[in-house]
Amino acid sequence: MKQHTRNIRNFWLLFTGPAIWWSLVLLVPYLIMLMISFYTRKFPFHVPDFQFGNYVKLIEDPQYYLVLFRSIKIAFLVGVTAFLISYPLAYCLARKISSDRWRLLLYVATIIPLWVSYLLRAYTWKTILGSEGILNSFLMWTGVIQEPSTFFLYNQFAMVITMAYIFTPFMVMPVYASLEKIPSSLIEASKDLGANRVSTFLKITLPLSMPGVLAGFTFTFCLSAGDFISPTLVGGPYSNMVANVVATQFGIAMNWPLGSALGIVLLFIVLAVITLSDRLERAGRINLA
Amino acid sequence: MAIGIAAASALGFLYGPIITLMIFSFNDNPITKLPLTGWTLEWYYKALTNPDLLAALWNSVIVAAAAVVICLAIGIPTAFALDRFDFRGKTIFRRLVILPITLPGIITGVSILAFFSMMGVRLSLWTVIVGHGTALTAIVVTNVFARLQRFDRRIEEASADIGARPWQTFIFITLPNIRSAVIGSSLIAFTVSFDEIPVTYFLTGRDNTLPMYIWSVVRRGITPEINAIGTIIVVFSMVLIFVSVLMIYDGRQDTPTGRRN
Repeated sequence: MKQHTRNIRNFWLLFTGPAIWWSLVLLVPYLIMLMISFYTRKFPFHVPDFQFGNYVKLIEDPQYYLVLFRSIKIAFLVGVTAFLISYPLAYCLARKISSDRWRLLLYVATIIPLWVSYLLRAYTWKTILGSEGILNSFLMWTGVIQEPSTFFLYNQFAMVITMAYIFTPFMVMPVYASLEKIPSSLIEASKDLGANRVSTFLKITLPLSMPGVLAGFTFTFCLSAGDFISPTLVGGPYSNMVANVVATQFGIAMNWPLGSALGIVLLFIVLAVITLSDRLERAGRINLA
Repeated sequence: MAIGIAAASALGFLYGPIITLMIFSFNDNPITKLPLTGWTLEWYYKALTNPDLLAALWNSVIVAAAAVVICLAIGIPTAFALDRFDFRGKTIFRRLVILPITLPGIITGVSILAFFSMMGVRLSLWTVIVGHGTALTAIVVTNVFARLQRFDRRIEEASADIGARPWQTFIFITLPNIRSAVIGSSLIAFTVSFDEIPVTYFLTGRDNTLPMYIWSVVRRGITPEINAIGTIIVVFSMVLIFVSVLMIYDGRQDTPTGRRN
């Protein structure tokens, strides 16, 4: 009993500070945002209320639901692009490189860009794709094109490339982890049974690596669905994403209730995707032991 | 063979743009375009003598250092509580704590803004520090928690058995065992704070942090000065991250990301 009381005392000694901090700066703010999403906008700011008008507006006004659809579409395309780029790299790291030292080195090399300034990595695509940019000047210099093309920058293509570039390491990590877990005996068995390399890959390796792909897709989808930096830098007039609209509503539009409602919708989209991928992963889990 | 080429191109894709940024920081053409015209250090000189940029840089150092202090002060006890105690609502609490690195940063940013505005707090570097502390503590929590889970508690019992007091056990046994996770995750938190925009954007007052300064410049256009300061940041953060990844890895196989996995 005495041990028990001391444990409780130790627990609160340790935990009181963090508990206060977490509720004050994390839980309460999220709840306040939820609360404001039911408020009514009234010049110059907003007044407390409880009504669903802000959410109704998001569904009814094409300006808002189109942005939601666009964000989902772009985030999906980023996930697919990141998958296409990452899979061969992850596959090579896990299956083709025999030296542990090199594998670790290349793996670290793959994930280091994650922490190299996000902003700069988005910005550098602006310098590459711009009409006076590196790609254009290269193509003109080599004589492929005569006039600088404005096709590369300020559109959805530029957004997808830039975000796929930024978030690719998030795909490589889980795909690599799942590929590495596949026992080589399974691959050998497949070969012994007469399957060629392509069908071994399609029937054994690829399905068994799907949990990693799913996790990677979840990361890249959620991260790009909520991004407003790349869209601002490389997206054009028709590239507004959810987070851009949230930023505008909390900024110059001064419509916090609408911005909060949109933020809550974004929050639920992200949590839904995470939950869904969790379920899928669990349902499809195969015991390899 | 084909797969090797695809993998090499993927690595090239990851590093090409970063290397491009570095190369153009030394090119003497004020427009970032090919062909390269000649070498210069002018952009570095301009960047490092730009008072706005230097003020923003200093602000960022202060913010990142203070944010790391918060991350450690809150993150380490949180990791210990999660590792060593069972309490009601633990699962929900664990999910809540990692929300800031799971959700888009903008959600954390606007919700803390709404909180401060309701409390009547004026925006300043302090509010940015609190925002970063909130958003980044999860990095320390997840890394230290992972290390504590692997830690063999019998060593602590042995220490107690041979007469060490709890604080002695903590200082001489527990701390050295989690040290590399603590240092590694602090370095990551520092780097992320140094580059943070989505939260800072909403919480900053009149003072700019470095990424906010760069953001305000690059939204308008492209200047080689940004290439120069960018190159410095890239080199600096690569070194920091390389060290911290090695620290966290410590010869083991878990992912050193500090992010949801």
